[in-house]
Amino acid sequence: MSRTVPVRLNVNGVEHHLEVEPRLLLVHAIRDHLGLTGTHVGCDTSNCGACTIHMDGRPVKSCTVLAVQADGAALTTIEGLATETELHPLQEAFWNDHGLQCGYCTPGMIMAAAGLLAENPNPTEDDVRHGLEGNLCRCTGYHNIVKAVLDAAKVKGASVSQESGVSS
Amino acid sequence: MSATTEGAPANGKTHVGQALRRKEDPRLITGRASYVDDINLTGQLWAAWVRSPEAHAKIVSIDTSAAKDRDGVVAVYTNEDLDMEAGLPMAWVPPGVTVNTPDHWVLAKGEVKHVGDPVALVIGDDRYAVVDAAEDVVVEYEPLPVVTDPEKALEDGSPLVHEKFGTNKVCDWSLGGGDLEAGFAEADVIIERRIVNHRMAGGAIEPRGVLAEYRGDRLTVWSSTQVPHFLRLFLAILLGVGEDRVRVIAPEVGGGFGSKLNIYAEEVGCAWAARKLGRPVKWIETRSEGMMVTHHGRDQIDYVRVGAKRDGTLTAWHSKIIADVGAYQLLLTPLIPPLSGFVMCGVYNTPAVVTDVTSVMTNKFPTDAIRGAGRPEATHMIEVVMDQLAHELGMDPLELRRKNFIPPFATGHETPIGVVYDSGNYEAALDKLLEHIDPAQVRQEAEALRAEGIYRGIGFSTYTEICGNAPSRAVGPGGFGLQGGGWESATVRVNATGSATLYTGTSPHGQGHETGFAQIVADRLGIDPQQVQVIHGDTDTGPWGLDTYGSRSLAVGGEAAARAATKVANKVKAIVAHQLEAAPEDIELREGKFTVRGSPDKGLTLAEAAGAAYVTMDMPEGMEPGLDEQSFYDPENFVFPFGAHACVVDVDPETGKVKVVRWVAVDDCGPAINPMLIDGQVHGGIVHGIGQALYERIHYDETGQLVTGTFVDYALATAAELPSFETDRTETPSPVNSLQVKGIGEAGTIAATPAVTNAVIDALRPLGVEFINMPLSPMRVWEAIQEAKGGVPA
Repeated sequence: MSRTVPVRLNVNGVEHHLEVEPRLLLVHAIRDHLGLTGTHVGCDTSNCGACTIHMDGRPVKSCTVLAVQADGAALTTIEGLATETELHPLQEAFWNDHGLQCGYCTPGMIMAAAGLLAENPNPTEDDVRHGLEGNLCRCTGYHNIVKAVLDAAKVKGASVSQESGVSS
Repeated sequence: MSATTEGAPANGKTHVGQALRRKEDPRLITGRASYVDDINLTGQLWAAWVRSPEAHAKIVSIDTSAAKDRDGVVAVYTNEDLDMEAGLPMAWVPPGVTVNTPDHWVLAKGEVKHVGDPVALVIGDDRYAVVDAAEDVVVEYEPLPVVTDPEKALEDGSPLVHEKFGTNKVCDWSLGGGDLEAGFAEADVIIERRIVNHRMAGGAIEPRGVLAEYRGDRLTVWSSTQVPHFLRLFLAILLGVGEDRVRVIAPEVGGGFGSKLNIYAEEVGCAWAARKLGRPVKWIETRSEGMMVTHHGRDQIDYVRVGAKRDGTLTAWHSKIIADVGAYQLLLTPLIPPLSGFVMCGVYNTPAVVTDVTSVMTNKFPTDAIRGAGRPEATHMIEVVMDQLAHELGMDPLELRRKNFIPPFATGHETPIGVVYDSGNYEAALDKLLEHIDPAQVRQEAEALRAEGIYRGIGFSTYTEICGNAPSRAVGPGGFGLQGGGWESATVRVNATGSATLYTGTSPHGQGHETGFAQIVADRLGIDPQQVQVIHGDTDTGPWGLDTYGSRSLAVGGEAAARAATKVANKVKAIVAHQLEAAPEDIELREGKFTVRGSPDKGLTLAEAAGAAYVTMDMPEGMEPGLDEQSFYDPENFVFPFGAHACVVDVDPETGKVKVVRWVAVDDCGPAINPMLIDGQVHGGIVHGIGQALYERIHYDETGQLVTGTFVDYALATAAELPSFETDRTETPSPVNSLQVKGIGEAGTIAATPAVTNAVIDALRPLGVEFINMPLSPMRVWEAIQEAKGGVPA
């Protein structure tokens, strides 16, 4: 077994202390060590964005971050977006607008969209299309994803992400 | 979590036809779904594959000792270790045709035939460590000559992919009807084009993965597959165990597009190793592996020759297809190019249509079904050539189409090649399209934009396709020889408290069966779709099924679900009739209650009838207890969706960059079960086609190296490149099934590529460009412009 190092991660408000290989990718720490499998891996080259999470309030592609680089960071994954009783407005909008089909890109897409709305609460269609450029979907042709993000933006609270712990 | 209860439709309305939001979504939008890589078992091992870096080579030696010595490595296997008598299956041979089918082992035997060909399988206890160990397997290769060009592969003296056949040809196959010679003799105008339909990938965002466990005497395999039933069958055969002792589960599957319609080496190899080692074995594909060894699609060179009279009447259509199928044949490889032949009549009344297909081996990964599978290639040929012909004749491209449309038909139209279309109204779809887009206005815009240096063009595609696989009558030995039946199964089980469970033999991977099928069943049982659980993708539940591909799920599996639900409803009616002392034929389902016709107050709900059926009180004499019925539905014919699409592009002649600025689609898949799901399929389908036309290409260089081996090089379209889409429908009922529906999963892709190509050519005609082949990359477009200007591009 290779040398391991301690890493402290706050994920969705819960503190975790891990011993990991320095080369362990953050996405594998989240998925394989913490069992939060909502974050997906689709490409290994930072193109598809299925692994998008929030790190200290900003969207990152967790397949391109080492777990050790996230030491001490506050992370939000798709599992941390909804409350016990309420979906995040983006989740609700993706559902209402059929913004997903196979669902594999969806967690990353929603996390990227949450980052986009945090920065730009009233985006135009063009803003949304360019803002989601780093996330690939093969099923939807993006039409309903873009619609969902625009609809979510109209809902009070979509961009005020403190409530859901999205941004710090 | 919001527990929205979807209200029942208003009185008299059905659940079918409603844009019900999907039942599968809550788990998907919250990260609670379970894809293969989300499942882990106690004692699980990991697999990594040592793959050939050579496109064609003799394996001189394999040294696994260093890999085996690594900590945590449990086993390293090569072909010599495999005790399987057969290799990976190819399941379709054209009738009466000799097919050269090479052996295709799970691990290469003696030689490798394409980059990525697996040479060794490394098993160990850590996901990262097995990849390290695979690096330590030393393979000595002696390179052999490589061929990657299918036309060169057919020449005498070409390097041979498989020496033993003495040729690279897989087979010749033809389908045609009418008098071709007379048709060309009659023609005033004959045009010929060489159309390249390049190789592309499925591009599902979830990579493939497999987890296999052999416990006791049972094998359980979780696989990211579209075809769990087929996989179970072939695992049983290849591993020599009873099918009863194999369970395949397709859990949440992250897209397929045909690419997960196969029996892959990794699935068989992991199952084999799990049995050998007595421990679960898991493998998750990396994207670069996926680009290399998940099957590709298309890759045809088409020589099209078309004859027409001066007034535009088509007289003859001959297509010669050279299909590069790669180094081996996978499950349906030899079937896919012939599928083009089945729809080469398109939506036109051409009296003589002949398609000759030659399939050729090269040192590339095999092709197989990718979204559309043969029909996008056919439609591309037909619709691009129709525009070329229109230009040659000096006709409007839409007038040429209208001149040749098959007139509307409701109960069958036999084409000269013997394929019987179910129903169609092509003119109506085009008319509806033109309600949304005015070509004259686009041409005016183009005029104005040219002053700004932007070249705008409009392109059309009017298509039909064949799907709903498949009537056993047609696909059996007496028909076109596609082996095997094409039926689908469904079981509807009403639970004792009145909810229902549907077990379908189809296996969705994003399409929304859990919602659409629930709507169908709910209407027939008088309950809410939220009370219908749809179970799929597990061979231990429900009857045998034939899985999901070829836009078959709704037209075949949905119909089976409707029939099983109707059987249940009929039993309910018999119970209700007995209890209310009425005749069963007088019982009708009204607003959630089975009532006596004319006395709407008297009746039983499904829950009340189910109570009777399970408690077995007050049942008709001799009736078996329970409320659980099955249907195996074998369709009488395929179904043939159709439509008309328009694409508007802007081309920057300085850079060659093409941007799709508008897309209008009118599709006809019969009456909508859930219009929202249809739109979703159409959107995604169109982008698959736009992707091929403009951005995507699986490209091997002359040495057989895969140049586009990651998502960095293989460009899937992003949201930023695309417009929103304008979609509409016409609804022409299919006479084939009681739902009157046709498939819609592939239609968008089938329609899309020629619309883009025609639009780009239309845009560039003022610059003298008359024809251009995909992919319409900036480089290709810029070169075409330079050539048209008379300059020779570098």
